[in-house]
Amino acid sequence: MTALPTQRLESWRYTDLRALNAMSFAEAPAASLPDGLPDIGVPRLVFVNGRFDEAASSALPFARNFAAVDEVSDLPLARINAEHAHDGVTLEIPDGVDAGVVLLVSYANGGALHPRHRVSLGAGAALTLLEVVKGDGVYWHNPVTDIVLAQGASLAHYRLQDESQEAFHLATIRATVAADAAYESFTAVMGAKLSRAEFHVELTGAKAHTHLNAAQLLGGSQHGDFTSVVRHKAPDCSSRQTVKSVLCDSARGVFQGRIEVERVAQKTDGYQMSQALLLSPTAEMDIKPELQIYADDVKCSHGATIGALDEEQVFYLRSRGIPEDTARSMLIRAFLTEALEPVTHEGAHALFEAAIETWWARK
Amino acid sequence: MSASIETRDTVEALAADKYKYGFTTDIAMEEFPKGLNEDIVRLISAKKNEPEWLLAWRLKAFTLWQKLEEPVWAHIKHPPIVYNELYYYAAPSGPAPKSLDEVDPELLNMYEKLGIPLSERAALAGVAVDAVFDSVSVATTFRETLAKSGVIFCPISEAVREHPELVRKYLGSVVPIGDNFFAALNSAVFSDGSFVYIPKGVRCPMELSTYFRINARNTGQFERTLIIAEEGASVSYLEGCTAPQRDENQLHAAVVELVALDDAKIKYSTVQNWYPGDADGKGGIYNFVTKRGACRGRNSKISWTQVETGSAITWKYPSCVLQGDGSVGEFYSVALTHNHQQADTGTKMIHIGKNTTSTIISKGISAGHSNNTYRGLVKILPQASGARNYTQCDSLLIGDQCGAHTVPYIESRNASAKVEHEATTSKIAEDQLFYCRSRGLSEEDAVGLIVNGFCKDVLKELPMEFAVEAQKLLAVSLEGSVG
Repeated sequence: MTALPTQRLESWRYTDLRALNAMSFAEAPAASLPDGLPDIGVPRLVFVNGRFDEAASSALPFARNFAAVDEVSDLPLARINAEHAHDGVTLEIPDGVDAGVVLLVSYANGGALHPRHRVSLGAGAALTLLEVVKGDGVYWHNPVTDIVLAQGASLAHYRLQDESQEAFHLATIRATVAADAAYESFTAVMGAKLSRAEFHVELTGAKAHTHLNAAQLLGGSQHGDFTSVVRHKAPDCSSRQTVKSVLCDSARGVFQGRIEVERVAQKTDGYQMSQALLLSPTAEMDIKPELQIYADDVKCSHGATIGALDEEQVFYLRSRGIPEDTARSMLIRAFLTEALEPVTHEGAHALFEAAIETWWARK
Repeated sequence: MSASIETRDTVEALAADKYKYGFTTDIAMEEFPKGLNEDIVRLISAKKNEPEWLLAWRLKAFTLWQKLEEPVWAHIKHPPIVYNELYYYAAPSGPAPKSLDEVDPELLNMYEKLGIPLSERAALAGVAVDAVFDSVSVATTFRETLAKSGVIFCPISEAVREHPELVRKYLGSVVPIGDNFFAALNSAVFSDGSFVYIPKGVRCPMELSTYFRINARNTGQFERTLIIAEEGASVSYLEGCTAPQRDENQLHAAVVELVALDDAKIKYSTVQNWYPGDADGKGGIYNFVTKRGACRGRNSKISWTQVETGSAITWKYPSCVLQGDGSVGEFYSVALTHNHQQADTGTKMIHIGKNTTSTIISKGISAGHSNNTYRGLVKILPQASGARNYTQCDSLLIGDQCGAHTVPYIESRNASAKVEHEATTSKIAEDQLFYCRSRGLSEEDAVGLIVNGFCKDVLKELPMEFAVEAQKLLAVSLEGSVG
């Protein structure tokens, strides 16, 4: 088995996997689906402990059978996934088809899960994929999602990572975006004891676009890592990124975001903003935004801020009769608004709003 | 023809040797055998009549160096440096000069060519200069004037003899001998450099300055600078560097340590114009430098300003360790790369004390086939309540064969700290160029003007004499590099 990466590897300098390495996980056992999993009235695909649950899932015309995995990258976690993957979603949307909304629910309660999901959209096709990840107890979820968007295709990809507070969640998401295609994504990170969402987006055709947003809401001793690499490989592409972190207790948040602009990618427009609120004296945030630029006619910028909630704003709201906790909650919701921008689907938006509400209430 | 293409063509046309400091000086040199081993370290130490403790210190550093690995994380590429093929000590031969009159006239002539006010004419410029030629300090001007106010400004080898208690107390206290590969190398073989001590409450009556020049072929220059500002003292220190044009790469691995006690202020300015290599990237200085300042006292302040236009490779991160409550760290940098130059430079601001503040302003300009990287760390430790950092890194690209990179690391472990970082990358705006040209400026002047404007936030931090020189230097580099 490929070894887990260590902090000696630059891309893993802020995330320590020794706790995971010290544990041994068997393959996840078969389990039955618990009640109360989200249902927003759209076609649903359900995975329980990494296995497709046909009975609980809708029949989709463009779902395909799982095929063997051939991993060519040297990403350690994708390699580990390839060594174990035996199931996953495979969606192939034909040219010009708008496949609407699909809800993908993953539930786990033990062992190690290495699902491999594949989503490909033909020219001009469209899909909204809402992923909800939940679980109970101790387990290791190591999903890899490979996305291919042909010319003019458009995928909206929303992820709610709400794993068990004792779980390990290490997700790798890779998207190749052809000319005029768009990959719009938002990830909410709330669960897992230790998590990482690692995105690799390649803009391979002219005027390809991506929106790669995230919100990390962490408390207790949670560790959340959001890492992204956006590679501009063609002219006139644009990328937008807003990553917001709210950290309570002794939580530690990490954001590493690299924008790469290749020699040919003239007229690139790249923007990245990462902001963090530390709500407790023992919280920690580490940010590494990175620009790597080889073309001259580009507009690229990034910004980063780390600080506490502005007490003057809290005071302003309180002076208008709003209780302190409500005032803080309002300010945090406002802080997160920009990150949620790509979520245009109403049902999905409501789901995230509710999840944020629940998080604030229990924190 | 679009402006940028025109600019690029001018670059190529003018890319020939524009390095006006590229002359060599023929004087009798004393060199040790090449290569690095314990004997060379002993030889250097013996040559300088050093006390036993310093030799032991060097040998310890040498042992550490052998165990350390050359860092590879920087965004630079170069053939491996063969440390055993270098000379570690070169000096004009003969006994050390006692006064300016005894200094080899060839040398004085060279410094004159470089425009350093070394002789008493320096009075007009009001700058005290310590000139380091290859490995030894050649002369230090204005020592008497400085001595009256209690300021010590002398070659570090002399300080070892005359003020051993100070050197022993502070040497290696900011940059420990095993800090990194190049710092360890320097600690083992450093030959000379400047020593500055500003006593309690003294405001240094003039700007202090060191001029470094590498002359001998295949030599490394390993100078060591130590500046100590006692309680309430303040000093402004300038450093300039040049080297002759040679086809081989030459190594420069310096260490600079600054110590600021309560309410002390140190301003350290550098204009680095080592030979950058020719248009094909042949030759040039490999500049691997460790510079660090410790703000040990309350409300102390250390400010780094650098204008980096030279060297084939620049690997340099002047840093501030903000230990004292209310201490202030600043870093202002302009790095211009052209042809095949590579710069990986930035700073580290380590916030330890309460209410410490730091400001980072970095301007990178890349042209030709060069690569220019800003790499920096802002670290807020849990006890640094009320800490504040503001960082701005801007990059300007001229031509489509160069690269500009930004790699900031931001780590905050205190909720009451406020950290802000901004970075932009762009090319010279067409409308700005058009505006200048419509007012009758040539393309070349317009680009020069815009680049100078781009760097203004940094240039205004330089002391007057240097600001003028730096502006000229940018203009010269632009002449040969931008258009």
